[in-house]
Amino acid sequence: MQNGNLIETFDLVKQFPIGGRKFTALRDVNMKVRRGEFLGLVGPSGSGKTTLLNIIGALDKPTSGRTVVIGMDTGKLSHKESAMLRSEYLGFIFQTYNLLPVYTVYENVEFPLLLLGMEEKKRREMVISALKWVGLDDRARSRPSTLSGGESQRVAIARAMVKRPKLVLADEPTANLDAENSFNVLDMMVRLNEELETTFVFATHDDKVIRYLRRKITLNDGRIVEDIETVPSPPGQGGE
Amino acid sequence: MLVLKLALRNIIGAGLRTWLNVVVLSLAFVLIVWTQGFIQGMQEYSQRALIDTEVGGGQFWRPEYDQYDPLTLEDSHAPLSPALRKLVNDGSATSILITMGTIYPGGRAMPALIKGIDPSQKALNIPAGMLGRVSDGDIPGLIGQRMAKTTGLREGDFVTVRWRDVGGTFDAADIRIAAVVITDMPTIDQGQIWIPLERLREMLRTPGEATLVVVDKDTATVPEAGGGWIFRDQEYMLKEIVEMVKSKMVSTLFMYSLLMFMALIAIFDTQVLSIWRRRKEMGTMMALGMMRSRIVALFTLEGALHGFLAVVAGAIYGLPLFMLSKKYGFPMPDVVDDWGFAIPQKLYPSYGAVLLLGTTLLVLVSVTLVSYIPSAKISRLKPTDALRGKMT
Ligand SMILES: Nc1ncnc2c1ncn2[C@@H]1O[C@H](COP(=O)(O)OP(=O)(O)OP(=O)(O)O)[C@@H](O)[C@H]1O
Ligand SMILES: [Mg+2]
Repeated sequence: MQNGNLIETFDLVKQFPIGGRKFTALRDVNMKVRRGEFLGLVGPSGSGKTTLLNIIGALDKPTSGRTVVIGMDTGKLSHKESAMLRSEYLGFIFQTYNLLPVYTVYENVEFPLLLLGMEEKKRREMVISALKWVGLDDRARSRPSTLSGGESQRVAIARAMVKRPKLVLADEPTANLDAENSFNVLDMMVRLNEELETTFVFATHDDKVIRYLRRKITLNDGRIVEDIETVPSPPGQGGE
Repeated sequence: MLVLKLALRNIIGAGLRTWLNVVVLSLAFVLIVWTQGFIQGMQEYSQRALIDTEVGGGQFWRPEYDQYDPLTLEDSHAPLSPALRKLVNDGSATSILITMGTIYPGGRAMPALIKGIDPSQKALNIPAGMLGRVSDGDIPGLIGQRMAKTTGLREGDFVTVRWRDVGGTFDAADIRIAAVVITDMPTIDQGQIWIPLERLREMLRTPGEATLVVVDKDTATVPEAGGGWIFRDQEYMLKEIVEMVKSKMVSTLFMYSLLMFMALIAIFDTQVLSIWRRRKEMGTMMALGMMRSRIVALFTLEGALHGFLAVVAGAIYGLPLFMLSKKYGFPMPDVVDDWGFAIPQKLYPSYGAVLLLGTTLLVLVSVTLVSYIPSAKISRLKPTDALRGKMT
């Protein structure tokens, strides 16, 4: 962080044992991400996007190499410490939303704040404002099973954003959404990025997402093959 | 606190499934307590009844006497020792003389125990006083309702009885049924006929003798009898029934443990077999920054709460049930007559603290274990594995 980088990776290698052999999913990945970036990991299926995202999120450990996230060397963190890193600084958005099925929309969004031990009144304010943000404050009492895909993903975004994390990791957030919902959700994330300076890292091969990116890192076969700045070209109001 | 709050949220959120589990589990809980209380009540009753009608405060036996072998009766009689005579004269004990005989109700021969009892005795709850009803020369006899049924004898009937006296000589006489006694106790009823002690002594030519001497149950200290008489205390006399009831308790407990097991399977199913949904839930919670130990605690507590709710629910509908049955008793069907011990017309179950607490503990501990083990297993997965399957 001293140098202004939110994420730094050094010679990351990730291998998975398959049968008796080893499959290399990431090879010598070196990248730096600065605060406030809106960045995408792109590349064909199987190129290692999710694997890299998981390592950045301290959900997985590299076979070799080092990752520093928000000033913390994730390889050296205990279970408890990496849970704290995620709880305090990171937000996750999954392709399949991963809402907790027995909780209401409100309770799902409240969950990260409960983990932070925040007091009731403050929790309430933040949950309601997050739900307003994604336009779902009227669905607070609904259960996930009654929501559409777009609505579910908006709840997941509210849950990831409610604690104002420094970094949001989003794995294929639009894969299950139609075009209109995708653009909706992306517009929302751009707004969060601009207003709160939240850093976004996507893993995606969705063109709709790619149009919004300001930086694109292309992976192929576990290697970074391209790392370029791009000019976002979001569609006009109402999509195309 | 957080974990408790979340666990409550989880089980309330799970709605119907939670209630189903709780209902099944509480049913198992109530049934276990109910049946065990029932049997415990039965034991208490039959012990009391046995003491009242048979055991008293213990019995003095002849050394040859074996209560399960009628053939030993021939040698099991002797005059009372001075100590015993004093006890009997004080009204603290009563003599009983027993012999094997044959009776001929309606011309059929059947073996019967002929028991001599003092019509004025107070030690046992046997209405021997009714033997005084027949005043003329007839030998009066008392039988129980089961004996009346098997022999077809009724009050006022005569029945011929044949016996052997102490010298081995056969003799016969008619006994007139003075009364048919309604009793819960098959042991003072089936296959036996009660007549006045002095008459039986005359018939056997054994004046002043007895087979056993029953001590009144209120007698504080029982003296040494001397003269070869052996004292069998209550514990000895009740050993068999206590064991019988115990085995009954174990076998019914086993039955209802099966029910309990089924309830546990239902919980097990919620906690384990829906592993996919829950596994993803756990992975999601890990990704959101929840610590493993807390996740395990959460899922364990969730299961334990099922047990807790089941106990509470069980108490809500069980306690009034227990209370009412304890107060008003429970009418017993006749079929259980062949259980081998006294079955009252109405049973008053008995629910001890050990039973209630023990069953509560059983429910709580087993439910908690069944929840802890799988949660601990799943939580050891890497978060990515826990999340996987859907997240690519
Ligand atoms: N736990 C694992 N065990 C074995 N192989 C794995 C494991 N996780 C990922 N892989 C392999 O590593 C490679 C990279 O996987 P990853 O999920 O990172 O790809 P991706 O770029 O996210 O692909 P997609 O676009 O399909 O999501 C794939 O070939 C995958 O099969
Ligand atoms: Mg992927």
